[in-house]
Formats: sequence, C-alpha cells, structure tokens
Amino acid sequence: MSAAPLLECRGLSVCYGASAMPAVRNFDLAVKRGEAHGLVGESGCGKTTVALAIMRYLGKAGRITGGEILFQERNILAMDRTELRRMRGGAVAMIYQEPSAALNPCMRIDEQMIEVSMYHGGADRPEAVRRAIGMLDRVRLADSARIMASYPHQLSGGQQQRIVIAMALLADPLLLLLDEPTTALDATVEAGIVELVRDISRESATSMLYISHNLGLIRETCDRMTVMYCGESVETGEVAEVFAAMRHPYTRGLLAAIPTVNADKGKRPLVPIPGQIAPPGERPAGCAFAPRCPHFEAGRCDAGSVALRRVSDGHLSRCLRYEEIDWQACVASPAGGADAVAGEVLLKVEDLSKCYGEVSANEGLTFEVRRGETVALVGESGCGKTTFARILMGLTQASSGSLKLESLELSRLPVTRRKRATIRSLQMIFQNPFDTLNPTRSIGAQIARVVRRFGIESDRARVLERVLELLDLVKLPRSFAERRPAELSGGQKQRVALARAFAGDAAVIVADEPVSALDVSVQAAVVELLVQLQRLKRTTLVLISHDLSVVHYLADRIVVMYLGQIMEQGSTGDVFAPPYHPYTESLLAAIPLADARLSKRRVVLSGELPSASRPPAGCRFSTRCPYRLEGTCDVLVPPVHVFAPGHRIACHLPREQLLTMQPVFQESP
Amino acid sequence: MSRLAVSPPRGTFAMLVALTWGPLAGFVMLAPALGGATRYALLPAIPAVAALYFLTVARCRRSRIAVIGMSLICFWLLIAVSVPFMHLLDPDKPIAPLALPGTVKHGVFFLLGSDLRGRDMLSRTLWGSQRILVWGITSTATAYLVGAALGLIGGYMGGWWDEAVSFLGNVLMSFPVMVLLILILNLLGQSAFNIIIAVTCSSAPLIMRIVRGLSLDAKSRGYIQAAETRGEHPLYIMLVELLPNVRRPLIIDACLRLGYTTVAITTLTFLGLGLQPPDPDWGLMIKEAATAALLWKYSYMLIIPALSVSSLILGFNLLADGLNDLELRA
Repeated sequence: MSAAPLLECRGLSVCYGASAMPAVRNFDLAVKRGEAHGLVGESGCGKTTVALAIMRYLGKAGRITGGEILFQERNILAMDRTELRRMRGGAVAMIYQEPSAALNPCMRIDEQMIEVSMYHGGADRPEAVRRAIGMLDRVRLADSARIMASYPHQLSGGQQQRIVIAMALLADPLLLLLDEPTTALDATVEAGIVELVRDISRESATSMLYISHNLGLIRETCDRMTVMYCGESVETGEVAEVFAAMRHPYTRGLLAAIPTVNADKGKRPLVPIPGQIAPPGERPAGCAFAPRCPHFEAGRCDAGSVALRRVSDGHLSRCLRYEEIDWQACVASPAGGADAVAGEVLLKVEDLSKCYGEVSANEGLTFEVRRGETVALVGESGCGKTTFARILMGLTQASSGSLKLESLELSRLPVTRRKRATIRSLQMIFQNPFDTLNPTRSIGAQIARVVRRFGIESDRARVLERVLELLDLVKLPRSFAERRPAELSGGQKQRVALARAFAGDAAVIVADEPVSALDVSVQAAVVELLVQLQRLKRTTLVLISHDLSVVHYLADRIVVMYLGQIMEQGSTGDVFAPPYHPYTESLLAAIPLADARLSKRRVVLSGELPSASRPPAGCRFSTRCPYRLEGTCDVLVPPVHVFAPGHRIACHLPREQLLTMQPVFQESP
Repeated sequence: MSRLAVSPPRGTFAMLVALTWGPLAGFVMLAPALGGATRYALLPAIPAVAALYFLTVARCRRSRIAVIGMSLICFWLLIAVSVPFMHLLDPDKPIAPLALPGTVKHGVFFLLGSDLRGRDMLSRTLWGSQRILVWGITSTATAYLVGAALGLIGGYMGGWWDEAVSFLGNVLMSFPVMVLLILILNLLGQSAFNIIIAVTCSSAPLIMRIVRGLSLDAKSRGYIQAAETRGEHPLYIMLVELLPNVRRPLIIDACLRLGYTTVAITTLTFLGLGLQPPDPDWGLMIKEAATAALLWKYSYMLIIPALSVSSLILGFNLLADGLNDLELRA
C-alpha cells in the first residue's frame, strides 16, 4: 500500500451563491486506499457539499474558494472537462440517497448496465453483458435474467439501490462516494445494503466515502470516520477508537441524542443538543459548536479559531478543552421520571380487517391499548400500520371486526359522523413536519382553530390566551403565534403539531413516525417533549414507527406487523428478548448500533418484501424467513404461541425451538 | 431576504383591484341608463390604479419584464378610469370624415385622425379601453370563480363528483374555442353579458383542470389530513385549507388568461358577435376600418386600435412571464 492517500482534501472551502461565507471551510480529509471512511453530522453541516466538490458537481451555485482536492495525487480542481469525465463514473463513482432518481426510468436495466462497461471499461457488447450478470451476482441479486429485462419501476427500492451500486462497481472505481444510500429504504432492506457495502469494502481494494447522519451505520460500515459540524471537521480517527473514546462534545452530543436498545425512557432520558446548527453567515467566532456546547468557557472557546489537535495517533479533535472535560461524567445522565402506570383498557381491537379491493391491508388485528401507556405498531412499509391509524381516526372504514374506544364502536364510524367529544379525544401527529402545517396560515391561527373547533374556548381573548399557553407547553416562544410555517425549522414545526394534538386534552394520540424526518439532535428534543407531555396529561400514545430504537425508548408494549398481520406482540422487554418471532429477530438485527458497549448477532433477510396485493399463502413471512419449514409455513396459517401474559407469537416453529433462540444483542463489559 | 420597509397589510392588493374594477364596471354598465354624473364614481379608482401600480412594481422590481407588463396594463387602466374627466370630442359624434392624423378639418384638430364616419379616433381609442378592460376582467373573473369551484370539488371530493365535473369539462374542451364561443353567442344572442357566459364556458374547463390537479396534490398533505381528523366540513377544507395553497400558480395563469380573453373578445366583436355599435370598442374599430385600411393612406384607422389591443395583451403576457420568473427564482 502506498503511503499517499487515494483522496485528500486540503483546506477545502466552498461558498454558495453570492455569499462570502463558506458552507465548507478549511476542510481536511484523507481517504487511504481500500479504506472505508465515514462522514457524519447533522443536515446542513456540509457533508454532501464535500462529496459534490469531490465530483466537481457543485453547479453554478457553488464555488470552491480555497484549498485543493487531490485524487491519486492529482488536483481535481485543475482538471479539464475530458479528464473530469474520465474520472467521474470511472475512477470515482457516486451513489445517491434516492435510487429511483439515479436510474433512467425509460431504459431497461440491461441497457443501463451494459452502457457502463462499454463506455468506461472498453468492453464489447457480449463481454459487457457477461460483466453485468456477474456484477448482479456480486450485489446478491438472484434471478439476474428477469432483473436485466426489467424497467426500474418494476423493481423495489432495495433492488434499485443494489443495481445502482452494481453499476458503480462495473466501472471498477477506485473510490465510491455513498451519500446516505439507505435513508430511503426499509429497515431490513437497509441492513442488507449495509452488509453488501461492508463486504465490498472488505473484498475489494475500492475505497469508500460513506456519508450518513446515522452514527450507528458509520460504526457498522467504516474503518475511519470524520465528524463534521458547520463545514469543519471536528473529530476524526479510527472508528473503533472514536467510539471508545469520543473527544469532542459534538460527537458525544450526537451519541447521547440517539436512543439505544439497552436503555429506555425510564432509565436514561435522551439528551438533545440545545439550539440548532448555525447557517453559514451566522457562525460565531472561535469554536463553531460553542453556542450549543455544555462545556463552553467564555473567553477561551470564543476567542479565536480552534485548530485540530492531536488526541492520539490519527485521532484529532477540534476542541480546546478536550483534556479537561471529564468524558466519563457525560455518559451517566440523570434518571428519567417514573413510568406511567397503565390503567384500564381504553382501545380494544378485535379481529379488525380492511380490504382495498383485492389487497388486504389489515387482517385479523387483535390487541388492546390501556390508558396512559404507549403502544407501538412496528413494521416496514406496506405492513398496514398507517391503514390501522386511518381506521382509528375515521378517515376510512374497516371491512370487518371491531375497534372500541371504551365502549364506543369506531370501526365503521367515519369522522364526519363522530361526536365532537370523540373527535377531541382522538388526535394524530403526522410524519412529515414539512407539510403538517398549512403554509398560508399563521401558527397561532392554526392552533386557535383547534381550540375553537373543539369547543375549549370561544371568546377571542381566551382563545388567544390558550394558544399562548399551548406554545409555552411545547417550549416555543410566544411570538411564534404570528409566524408562518416557512419561518420555522422541522423540529419547531413538529412542536407546533404536538401543541395542536394536545390542545384538546386528547385521550389517545396517534403519532405516525413523529420524528423520522428530523435530525438526531432535534429528534431527541421532540421525543423528550412527547414523553413529558404524555406524563403530564396521562395521554395514551399509539406510536407508529419503523425505527426500533425509538420504539424501544418510548413504547411500553409493541405490536410487530408484517403485510397486514400481527406477527408478535408483547411488552417491550418481551419483544426485545428471546423468544422472538423470526421477523422480529431480523428487525432487531437491522438496528444500527452506535453504542460501543453493545454487539449484535447478524441476521440478514434474503429476498424482497412481497407486494401487498399478492401476499404469500400460509405465513406471510414465509418467503423471507430463514427458519422456513417447507410444506408447512407456505401453506398453513401459523398457530399463536403465548409465552408471557400478553406476549404472543404467531409462528409454525415448535415452542421449544422458539425458547432456545439466542438474544440478538450482547452487552460486552 | 429583502423586505419592503413597511409591508402593506394582507389583502391590500385584492382591495385595490376591487376599488378599480368596481367603479369602472359600474360606470360602463350603468352610465347609459343613469347619465354622465355616474363618472364621479370613478374618482376613487384613479388613486387606486396608481397605488396598484406602485405596489406591484415594489414587489416585482427584480423582474424587469413584470414591471414593463404592469406599466402597460396600468397605463390603459389609468386611461379607462380617467377618460370621462378628459376634455375630448364626443366619440360617437360624426364631425369630419377621413381627416388624417394631425390635421385640422372643419375647424377641429384631429390628433389621431378621424374614421370613415368622421368620429374622432383619439377619443374613440381612449374610450374603447374601458369596454375591453371591463368585459375582459369580468369574464375572466367569472370563469375563475366557476373553474376554481369545480376544480376544488373535483380534486378534493373525488369519486362521483370528480367524474361529473371532469366529464362536463371534457365535453366543453372538445370544441374548438372559437366554434364554442360563436355557438354560444348565436344561441344566447349577442350581448356583453352573453360574452361573459361564452368566455366562462371556454375558459372554466381549463382552469378547472389546473385547480383539480393542484388540489389532488395538496389533498395528501398533512395539514389537510389534520383538518379531516378534526372533523372539519369539506367546504371549510376546500376554501380555507386548500384554496390559499393553490393560489400562487393561479395568479400567473390568470394574467395569461386575461390576455387570451382580450383576444377572444376583440375577435368576437370583429366578427360582429360581441359588443354592438355605436359604442367605441377596439374590435369594432378594427372591423369598421377593415375596408378603408386597404389604402395605405387610411391604414391608421386599423393600426391605432390594433396597436392598442396588442399593447394590452402584451402587458398581460409580460406580467405573467415576469411573475413566473420571480416564482422560479424564489
């Protein structure tokens, strides 16, 4: 291995538009040959800008104002168009977040793949076809003949991303840039791609720059990592070393904001990073992280720019005080409040089914929700969790079965025929903070509408007073009442959504992926707020999520769904410990772990999520189950085993075999 | 982002448009019945046009095209609201036929000449702006009212409603525009009010399509679902939650459509199907001048009204272009 790194950024600075304020400033990065390098940070920290600068894809808006980028010891910034074209897609390939946007929708996969070998590899057509088939095999896509003859829309998101990776590898690149390659994918599909990326980096000499906001993913895929904040690298080093001994408050803050699978809201509250990332024009003098740092010291941290300082060989930190901070103290944090005691049964779901024509979105759902507890519906896209929420809210009606709120039957009662008190007692928080608020109306007007609509107050002055109280409740300044949604950040919008949901003292709040679109530091703050409000108001929470670490943190009980059916249900402790349903096991194994004290068993599912319109016969999970019993699982409906009170698993595996399952997570001392 | 030092309260723009259009429409529709004193109703419209101009220019100053377009429109609007106060010759009174522009005939000075019957071209052109603006704006607004309502119903309610609304729209859109306009005016008779109906029938389906598409897109948004889970009435959701959010693309389309409508009305009048003589109108002037303009010497009779109508249409189109530019830049 040669001593010089394959890719090196030296003092790179990038500005956007007319602004003289750099989005990336004085950024150093070195990626060695064969190394997988992780780039991590919140949105707006400049990760993608770095990747685009390396590809010289900044377009008209971005300008590289300083520094140099060396690739194989040649300055990319000095290359002409011919050299650049040869480099892009050849020596350097980039993989984006949205695979469907990276593939040409009107070209068949074989045409798109052959093109790469013929253009960059100089192969003739038969040779290009051979290489394409070989590469599909390498990215573990079985049935290559069918895939080669498909158009992109005929393939799932996971298959598309594998093809994008295959096309990148076909040119035999020296460097692969991956920009959040799994963010748009489901949990178990993500786990498959992560495994693939890891194997590629192990088997071949290809170097990788893996960009992600998820510390856990970086830990699982990379050798070295760089943490970015405000366009600067704040900490860099070997992944193992950085996770074992983080030496920058920002890295530490990112980790503390992530829920882990060995602590829940009762044991360890999440610690959000206060404030938000400063836009390029408003960065403070001195350390950029100073305004949000718990270890800030006036007169030192804000005195002048901070240089990267050596912690150990290859481990650098841009913190003046890293030697003084007691890093062990940050690990232990105050215990949270006591868990709410679950009361009587509030929601009773019995054999609930919903069909859309041929597609059965919900089939035979049976579970209970008690007052004051949090029940999570977990599963990948198409599992029917959102359909259930729509039935509960009265936006659609069930085909059969019953759904009772206390004694009121709701399964076929549309929202327009529900009484005001019923509507008031059931509220919902939506997934996407960016369209949860009407962009043309002020925040105050939107909360006031709820207050008036639910008959809480009707007098003008009293309504306003109530709106301001609700803003206080979700910890937003009162002046926000007059702002419009465009002036708010994602986290602030989601707080307004919380205020709206809690305005009518709802008995049950349905939260559909409430934090999945937010940055981890903001996510922590919103989750903590949700927990506090729930404790304060004794609200019952139905949480819909695919993020099992958030679910583990928030939920008291979990219902695991797959293609419209319940696979397993039980208390959080029961579901996260053996015996598992095989699907639960694979979901747990797909959680990216950021905690250095935890290790996990690998379970990676084969195959793709079947389409909900043609669900498999027998057990719906049978097509992907690693424990499948031929002739049983794919024919017969599985029996339900009851282990602990309320812990039910629907599986053909014998009880004894389920009981001997090994835990997915191991805590290493 | 730069803002105006003092930003006007919301709704100022709509108020100024109403303040201009209301008196102008009232004057054009009622003056023949109520007499010349009605012109004093136009007095508040004059400052309103000026305010409208400065407000728009202040907002759109980053797009030169939009400013030029607005200048052309406001020029004609200002003429339309102030022409009753000008000392002009009677536009309907024959004085001296075939006077060339800038000549004196029978002791009267004709700046823009006179037409075949001897009426003053200048005063006919200026008075003519009133009619085209009033009927153009009124029929476009009516088309918008109908089109937007149907589009909201079709897009938001879906199902049977959507089928019905879309079917109606498709039937109307299957006719060539001119054929449809001529058909309706022949069926209903030739009058200014029937022009409104004809323009509505031809434009509303297109507007319906746009609004329906925008509503379909907005319908899946969280804030609409939030309103539904609060049990809001569909009418509230359509008018308060949906309509303001589909407004922006509609404003640009409205400017373009004002241009189309102006063309359509002028054409109809030219064909003798719209406004009836002797009222001064650009379409009529072009029609009456058609034969005389065969001689180059008398072509001014055609060129002057034609340039007037073109400049107004150009104004609407440039404004639409400019607004579109600003939208893309934002």
